[in-house]
Amino acid sequence: MLAFILRRAGQGLLVILAMVVIVFFGVNVVGDPVWILVSPDMTQDQIAEVSRSLGLDRPIWEQFFHFVGGILQGDLGRSFVHGTPAIRLILDRMPATIELALVALFLAVILGIPLGLFAGLKPDHPLSRGVMAVSILGFSLPTFWVGLMLIMVFAVMLGWLPATGRGDLGSFFGITTSLVTLDGWSHILMPAFNLALLKISLVIRLARAGTREVSLQDYIKFARAKGLSRSRIIGVHVLKNILIPIVTVLGLEFGSLVAFSVVTETIFAWPGMGKLLLEAIQRLDRPVIVAYVIIVVVLFVVINLIVDILYSLLDPRVRLSGAPA
Amino acid sequence: MKLAMKRALLATCAVAYATFALAQDIRIGTSSEPTSMDPHFHNLTPNNQIMAHIFEPLISMDAKQTIRPGLAESWKVIDDTTWEFKLRAGVKFHDGSDFGVDDVIATWARAPEVPKSPSNFSAYIRGKTIEKVDDLTFRIKTAGPEPLMLNHLAQFGIISRKNKDMTTEDYNSGKAASGTGPFKFSEYVAGDRVVLTRNDTHWGGKPTWGKVTFKSIKSDPTRVAALLSGDVDVIENVPTADAQRIKKDARLTTASALSNRVIYFHLDRHRDTTPFIKGKDGADIKNPLYDLRVRQALSKALNRPAIVERVMEGEAEPASQFIPESYAGTSKNLKPTAYDLDGAKKLLAEAGLPNGFKITIHGPNGRYTNDAKILEAAGQMWARLGLDVSVEAIPAANFFSRASTGGAGGVPEFSLFLVGWSAGTGEPSDSVKALTTTFDRSKGTGSANRGRYSNPKVDELLLAAIRTVDNAKRNAMLAEATEIAMNDVAIIPIHYPLNTWAAKKEFTITPRSDEYTLATSFGRK
Repeated sequence: MLAFILRRAGQGLLVILAMVVIVFFGVNVVGDPVWILVSPDMTQDQIAEVSRSLGLDRPIWEQFFHFVGGILQGDLGRSFVHGTPAIRLILDRMPATIELALVALFLAVILGIPLGLFAGLKPDHPLSRGVMAVSILGFSLPTFWVGLMLIMVFAVMLGWLPATGRGDLGSFFGITTSLVTLDGWSHILMPAFNLALLKISLVIRLARAGTREVSLQDYIKFARAKGLSRSRIIGVHVLKNILIPIVTVLGLEFGSLVAFSVVTETIFAWPGMGKLLLEAIQRLDRPVIVAYVIIVVVLFVVINLIVDILYSLLDPRVRLSGAPA
Repeated sequence: MKLAMKRALLATCAVAYATFALAQDIRIGTSSEPTSMDPHFHNLTPNNQIMAHIFEPLISMDAKQTIRPGLAESWKVIDDTTWEFKLRAGVKFHDGSDFGVDDVIATWARAPEVPKSPSNFSAYIRGKTIEKVDDLTFRIKTAGPEPLMLNHLAQFGIISRKNKDMTTEDYNSGKAASGTGPFKFSEYVAGDRVVLTRNDTHWGGKPTWGKVTFKSIKSDPTRVAALLSGDVDVIENVPTADAQRIKKDARLTTASALSNRVIYFHLDRHRDTTPFIKGKDGADIKNPLYDLRVRQALSKALNRPAIVERVMEGEAEPASQFIPESYAGTSKNLKPTAYDLDGAKKLLAEAGLPNGFKITIHGPNGRYTNDAKILEAAGQMWARLGLDVSVEAIPAANFFSRASTGGAGGVPEFSLFLVGWSAGTGEPSDSVKALTTTFDRSKGTGSANRGRYSNPKVDELLLAAIRTVDNAKRNAMLAEATEIAMNDVAIIPIHYPLNTWAAKKEFTITPRSDEYTLATSFGRK
């Protein structure tokens, strides 16, 4: 187990190194940040001075080695735009994004699994067909459009939910979150649902396919012959077996929910890291973009690790070992 | 029965209290967010407009960018290079300490030197030496005459001498956020909101609002939805697509002001063959933009009223020069070039190009209101003139870098491209200087002259104007320089956009020409 974790960490470091190189030089190809940063009425000398103070006047490879030197001392650099450490900026906004992703994941599970189970058990029921049709919409409608429609209906026309932003914060065992206040929940519902829509559809499809496959297995027939109650068969034997692929997929999807909630956060003015990333890209704030990528890679490596461990717990046939697969 | 009445009474009181509290609050949806709470870190409108509530400048500018006394109550010109200012007496900082000349001196020391600042205020402060006369009087000495002294002093806020050595982080956290302004710093959640509370003892009288919340809502449709759903009371930058609908909505009120910004085309005037203009057969041709008739033809072929009506949906006015003619220093003789396609074709034929040429026009995407659409419209209009036009709208991050230094040898890359320019000082001297004087690093002229236009007469007039303290004389010189540049088609002005604010109908709006959204611009009916 320990060897397995260490090997994963090593792989993660290599990926981080590769990503840092790609992103650092990639951003540089887009343009020189100084032209976005300076006030337009500055003279040539003043612009050159800004360039110098941010180290942008050096050749790109020199900037890169300076940056790598900083990383080795635990310094990911300061945002050009905010002047504060890039990592601080991202970590400050991370709780809002994780909160959103967790609620979205929760919605995907509590809506997706029961609906998928039902559709799998009674594939010909009209309700099942309805669920499947809606799941196709969930896959194909663009997120920004659904987000705007949600705002139009629930905020502007019905006036039930606030249109934008994050609600009041509360404290729960020392964790500051908006999930412990009513105002917080009223703010998070729409963006979380918008973010979850695709995942709900995904879980429905996975659960339905899994259920149809599992219900035909011998052990289900045996359980039925043994006279187990229907609820026990579905709740234990079917559910446990269809969960394996769902856990794997949701694990990875959680990573993408956190890392790429850019559209939803922008539409709902949610103060998370996705919005920060978008702004950083628009302003060529290289330290923030690079730090973001590093954080996302770490996140994915950790999530993959957790998924693999969970997987081995759900399916005893799977063993984690240090040997290469 | 008694209990029920008591309950009803309590409920009424609660409701009355709630509306009372709300009546003093204002929530403003902004299209941008500040990058810092340090008044001297980043010279950028989204920062400056919020900072202006907390930290006041020496000179203030009203909604039409007219000079008004700010923390400096009065001033006089001693000689060409010396100004004397008298500060308002009895002004206090939010932390209770007295305001005086030492605070101005502290600001002078800090503002140009904030570490890692992407764009600081040194342009307004360097070259101005300050001398204390007494606690409320000081003098500023300059090397040469500085007619724009007051405009410059209106650009940055004064901090307390106690906070001179505080870092940007200290300002962000609120530790150093003590100014003299009408509102006090209360909360800053980066990426989300800034909350300010009333400064009851402000020298200008008690402000209308008890609490001001700036919520950053970047997405246009969401900002409008936030207003419609009542999440916010006021929004800035009403999207042009929604402006007409909002104006008709009986629950809302809107107000607009012509901004100090011009949207224009810059033309390559520095390369004999320009990379994005070719003959129709694809062969290199001599840069046709050198020919005045070609430039005039391009300007005449632009249907400005159509762009204003269709693309900007009425939220702009056709432009004839650098800033609208209601400002000082503008030419009253210039009118927007009229649409005249036949005349344009004739000029092109006279220039020896009756069949036109192949051209790629460039512009940013998402930097100015409807920029990519304006570019497309202009492209179509020039196609009617007989040119083969390709249109390329580029993300701003890439565009400005390429437009400034993207060409071979670090020169501006594009041949004919759309840009915008706003005159923060409320007169055209910076515009003429940055856009149409000769590009010369040692003199600091032509810093944004990406077309490298050069005309000795414009240079001479501008350099004389910025050394002339007499307002009337200076303005006449600026107007003349503007006329020469415009008649020479140094740039092709398109329009001045309107800045539009929208609010719930119980609010009043005083629109500002400098694009600033200030809580003090709004009131209650």
